[in-house]
Amino acid sequence: MKDKAIIVEGLGKKYRLGQETKSKRYKTIQEEIINFPKRFLKNLKTDITEFWALKDVSFEVKQGEVLGIIGRNGAGKSTLLKILSRITDPTEGHIDIYGRVGSLLEVGTGFHPELTGRENIYLSGAILGLKRWEINNKFDEIVQFSEIESFLDTPSKHYSSGMYMRLAFSVAAHLEPEILVVDEVLAVGDMAFQKKCLGKMQEVSKDGRTILFVSHDMGAIIRICSRAIIMKDGKTVFDDIPTNAINEYSKLIEDNHQLTTSVYHYESITLDERLKIFKINRVEILNSADGRFTVHWQEAIKLMVEFQISEDILDLVFGFGLKTQTGQYLFVNHCNFQKDLDIEKLLTGRHSIIVECPGFLSPGIYSIVLGAEHNIGHENIFHFESLNLKILEYSIDGMTKGLNLPGYFNIPVQFQILT
Amino acid sequence: MSTDHHHIILKPRSGWAALNVKELWEYRDVMYMLALRDVKLRYKQTSLGIIWVILQPLAAGIIFTIIFGKFARMPSDGHPYLLFVFCGLSSWYFFSAAILRAGNSLITDTKLITKVYFPRLLVPLSSTLAVLIDFLVMLILLFLIMFIYQQPYSGTIFLLPIFIFLTILLATGVSLWLSALNVKYRDFIYAMPFLVQIWMFASPVVYATSIIPEKWRIIYALNPVTGIIEGMRLCFLGESSLDSLMFIISLVLSLLIFISGAFYFRRVEREFADII
Repeated sequence: MKDKAIIVEGLGKKYRLGQETKSKRYKTIQEEIINFPKRFLKNLKTDITEFWALKDVSFEVKQGEVLGIIGRNGAGKSTLLKILSRITDPTEGHIDIYGRVGSLLEVGTGFHPELTGRENIYLSGAILGLKRWEINNKFDEIVQFSEIESFLDTPSKHYSSGMYMRLAFSVAAHLEPEILVVDEVLAVGDMAFQKKCLGKMQEVSKDGRTILFVSHDMGAIIRICSRAIIMKDGKTVFDDIPTNAINEYSKLIEDNHQLTTSVYHYESITLDERLKIFKINRVEILNSADGRFTVHWQEAIKLMVEFQISEDILDLVFGFGLKTQTGQYLFVNHCNFQKDLDIEKLLTGRHSIIVECPGFLSPGIYSIVLGAEHNIGHENIFHFESLNLKILEYSIDGMTKGLNLPGYFNIPVQFQILT
Repeated sequence: MSTDHHHIILKPRSGWAALNVKELWEYRDVMYMLALRDVKLRYKQTSLGIIWVILQPLAAGIIFTIIFGKFARMPSDGHPYLLFVFCGLSSWYFFSAAILRAGNSLITDTKLITKVYFPRLLVPLSSTLAVLIDFLVMLILLFLIMFIYQQPYSGTIFLLPIFIFLTILLATGVSLWLSALNVKYRDFIYAMPFLVQIWMFASPVVYATSIIPEKWRIIYALNPVTGIIEGMRLCFLGESSLDSLMFIISLVLSLLIFISGAFYFRRVEREFADII
């Protein structure tokens, strides 16, 4: 039997409300003085302004296991990783960790845009827990993996966002802790780079190291994890092999459909500020079937995406695609394939784009993939795919024909019988 | 792969915590790298670059000499005013720069605090370390000024390491207090520049302690900077108002501020990631 790497018992994390809201978590002395008498009164009453981000979480991870953690935004995944990484203390319960923990909660931790690539490798490496001699030993390997050799002595602020991310990930990829904790950092970067990162993670897991991996990308969970847990409202609700967990998760989403409206307001995922050239504010389904993120079977999918860009972009390429619940791409299409569309230059500010996709999908839940890249260099500046769309089981006129057929598509096929 | 030797238990903590010097030592690379970053960043994209390190205190010294030495005719106990003021400035400049930079250090590095673990003490410590270069430059300048004025050294110069150490100790202690308080109460961002300014005039930087009436001296000496600056003067000028009582007050207060600062920091650091 393998040894345990992590034992989590009765873990809970409480935030005082207002502590969580980004705007103001610290106080001023003035407030403290004003609140002083109030605090006395408050202590007498029960404190209603608290909020448990995690409650009664218990699980164990064996050495060498690769554990996927899935769940919706706000389910407590990130809080769990923060406690495991020792960034914040739990409010109750305890965790036993056997081995050194390396955590990767963000791409480019410690990077400074004014420093050169070389300087950033040393700085970020040290912050992530590498000793100087380790960085010296691995330096060439890191540079090679990042593919930025010729820009090594250029300040990182002159890097394109793709280069910046490649370098940042390369440093992190060369950490060698016994336990690796990874938040959703692979959600950025172009496809080739994402593949490379996943490959690296698979390699790491083969070395017998323990990995905890949070992702919305079910494909990645299936490929690299040996077990997955589902988190919901601060609790672990399911724990099994990845395929079962993903099936369960799809059901969970279906039961309690992610969105109760046809409008989605974007929550920012952990990204370096510098990479946020392109930001989605709002996604709306224009022909929603029932006021949620749904469309009727055989109906075209009409989306309006409102976004803002923080610098003028020449030749923006906008992409739309759909994935299955298990993370498999069904298709992706780019707006530059459309001849009559002309986005020459988009100025800094807010813009909207309307996407229309014919209704050829079978009923079920799919995840929408939205992306943007610079036409020149095909550099990914935005990628987002945790938005689910449900194709209802019936068409707009109530037809439900062909429901039980296998497969994802409803492609009209012509049959002709020759006698 | 044996991991038995590395077992951590994470659980709620409360009350005072030990300093864990062993862990600080383990993570010392982080401190060097952060300090190196600060030094590199400070004068990036300036055409004079590292010359600013010399220029800033030198300009301050000359301005003080003109205003306080020539116009206001502040007494300098019979020494050349520039030399006199520079003895005070060398310690003061390091002290004020260290507490201003370190005081804001946690706020500036918010992203590190919320995204990765390492002993938080290293953040203000690295800021102080980064300013240490300026202190070194100041001391070299001071020796140069001594040479220019053809001043003889007395045996007291060998006491210099003691006062350098005291300056660093006090600066670090105050930095730890301010950086930790700043996370919780952002008032300190605005209060610190005033605090530094008032503190300077409450210390014998531009004037000599001898202008303070005898009966107030003890109270005046309760400012630990007084003993340090008069100590620096004793080292270079061979005489000053420093007496043993003033020295002991300075030493004890510096130690107290340093130790209490470190423990206060350790006590509140576990909240940093949640409230910063």
